[in-house]
Amino acid sequence: MSKKIEIKIEHVTRVEGHGNIVLDAEDGAVKQVQWQVSEAPRFFEAMMVGRDYTELTHIASRICGICSISHGLVSLKATENAMGVKISDQTLWLRKLAHHAEHLQSHVLHVGYLVAPDLFGVGSVFPLVGTHKDIVVKIVKLHRLANEMSDLFCGRTTHPITLTVGGFTKIPTEKELVALRHRLDDAIETTKEVAGVVLENAGKLPDFTRETEYIALSSGDEYAMYDGVISSTDAGRLNNDDYLDITNEFVVPYSTAKHARHKRDSYMVGALARFNLNSEKLSPLAKDVADMFGLKPLNYNPYMNSVAQLVEVAHCLEDSISKVDALLDTGLKDEVPDFKVNPGRGVGVIEAPRGLLIHDYTIDENGKCINANCVIPTNQNHRNIQKDMEVLAPQLVGQDKDKKEIELTLEMLVRAYDPCISCSTHYLKVDFE
Amino acid sequence: MMRPSVKPRVAFFDFASCEGCQLQVINLEESVIDLIDIVDVVSFREAMKEHSDDYDIAFVEGSIMRPMDAERLKKIRERAKILVALGACACIGGINALRNRYSVEHVKKVVYGDADIEGNPFFDVFHTKAVGDVVDVDYYVYGCPISRDELAKVITSLALGKKPEIPNYPVCVECKKKENVCIFEKGGFCLGPVTRAGCGAICPTNGSGCEGCRGLVDNPNTDSELDVLKKYGLTVEDALGRFDLFCYKYKGEVSK
Repeated sequence: MSKKIEIKIEHVTRVEGHGNIVLDAEDGAVKQVQWQVSEAPRFFEAMMVGRDYTELTHIASRICGICSISHGLVSLKATENAMGVKISDQTLWLRKLAHHAEHLQSHVLHVGYLVAPDLFGVGSVFPLVGTHKDIVVKIVKLHRLANEMSDLFCGRTTHPITLTVGGFTKIPTEKELVALRHRLDDAIETTKEVAGVVLENAGKLPDFTRETEYIALSSGDEYAMYDGVISSTDAGRLNNDDYLDITNEFVVPYSTAKHARHKRDSYMVGALARFNLNSEKLSPLAKDVADMFGLKPLNYNPYMNSVAQLVEVAHCLEDSISKVDALLDTGLKDEVPDFKVNPGRGVGVIEAPRGLLIHDYTIDENGKCINANCVIPTNQNHRNIQKDMEVLAPQLVGQDKDKKEIELTLEMLVRAYDPCISCSTHYLKVDFE
Repeated sequence: MMRPSVKPRVAFFDFASCEGCQLQVINLEESVIDLIDIVDVVSFREAMKEHSDDYDIAFVEGSIMRPMDAERLKKIRERAKILVALGACACIGGINALRNRYSVEHVKKVVYGDADIEGNPFFDVFHTKAVGDVVDVDYYVYGCPISRDELAKVITSLALGKKPEIPNYPVCVECKKKENVCIFEKGGFCLGPVTRAGCGAICPTNGSGCEGCRGLVDNPNTDSELDVLKKYGLTVEDALGRFDLFCYKYKGEVSK
């Protein structure tokens, strides 16, 4: 008698956006396994074309509710590169702090609220309020700090207001920075405690490896997040302006989000990619957290992406403290952005929490956007998720795991990538009129 | 906190959006714990695995882009006693409606090129619609993103069987209360005179003009807006150009 396994998980939970997992197996052999993206496409580039350069950062932030700050920042980089606008050191540091706030916000949300329930064997963070209140309170405290840090630098937690071409419309006061400094210190201890609890339960993370290519920004100066050169574990340093030859996006019929590939059939971006390329530049506490979990480059287990995010939480906290200190040392000045509208094309790159993010704009002499292209981290990961499933699913079926366990392991795989599905269904290459 | 005699069953759903409005539920931090004291959250895909089709109040985020989405929304409407549109995309089409400046055929052609998507329901898009263009909506929580305090108030009111109070006066009222210097005085542009308040004038307070993300007040004082524009040497075209960003819907372009 033949044994059939049919899995159709419609709308995977605890991820951003709509995706389905389909598995069809018979007598221990996988006939089909698919990571489908069913999210409605939103055509962001079409929204940007024809709009004034001042609006682009605000349109871009709406691509994603979770990484709105990264989209806002990279949009400014592309706009400023296109028009030849220079920013001050103060603006650069404040932007880097805004960016750290987002990585903290996003990583704590993902590890604490979306991944942790799997480690505790529950469906959401809500039941943990009753059973593990102590740790939930610590996670909420970190999340609140990250959100209030975003408020401080961006004017709002989601969809930044103050980020503008050439600078800021409003900056924090020194008093506010001092208060933030104290809270960041405090958060270091909380992070150590949260890492300890995650470690106790990390045995639930599947032990699965598949060699792949990792792509992230790298920098000689620091652990690259805000600035850097696109780099690959297979191909070394690449050229940011050649991004189209790196990402090579293409359409598959089962996904409204495009797929991407570079040297191999797929590649991965995100915290694990950054760790694999740049771990030696992490802050001391971040290195300690990595050691706690035995995380070393090159690590080929996609489930360890969540651990790499925790490592980055420690890094962002420590690096934010040093940047706040540096700003307080030099003192804050009110600066008025000063530039002229110049036509041109500009490419901006940044590491969003989920990985390499690229915006590319062309601005005309009136300051209107005439071409826009955005490459989203999750687009670059969809194919790697698919390729992981093609290796993982036969292993699970071959080990005679029951349907429920297969479902959970595949769902956890998708979750590990922290996909931002609604961002990735934006589509690209719009050349209008 | 007052408690309802029976906890209403609440579900969250999302369509084409950035999910930033649902994220504000999570961003309520500790207050979420108070809210789950007065309502039962029975479906919330972004945050929980459990799901039930038996709910009293449905919160719907996002715009409607495809027939398959419209069908799903209609089912939600049938099941819910109360349906609340959450955020600009759901309430007024928001930023998603910007693409309605172009025909669907044009956008599809340009974006998908020659890819074979004919007959594939995933790719079958129509002009962006707000939730209210497809089903009846009981209440609107405006904004991009929504204000999490306003959301908490709306959930509390509904749990207690009361009608939520949503402001119907312009952002200028809140901005004046904050004693901000007028954005027009600073040489900027602001839609505060005609946009529905409730955000605490958050953009002008942070030095940036209102972009109209909460849509128009019910009876916008267009005469006074015209006076303001005139005073600062601006035209109606300037205002309408800015207005497109969130309020393209009001230009009557939404195809039924």
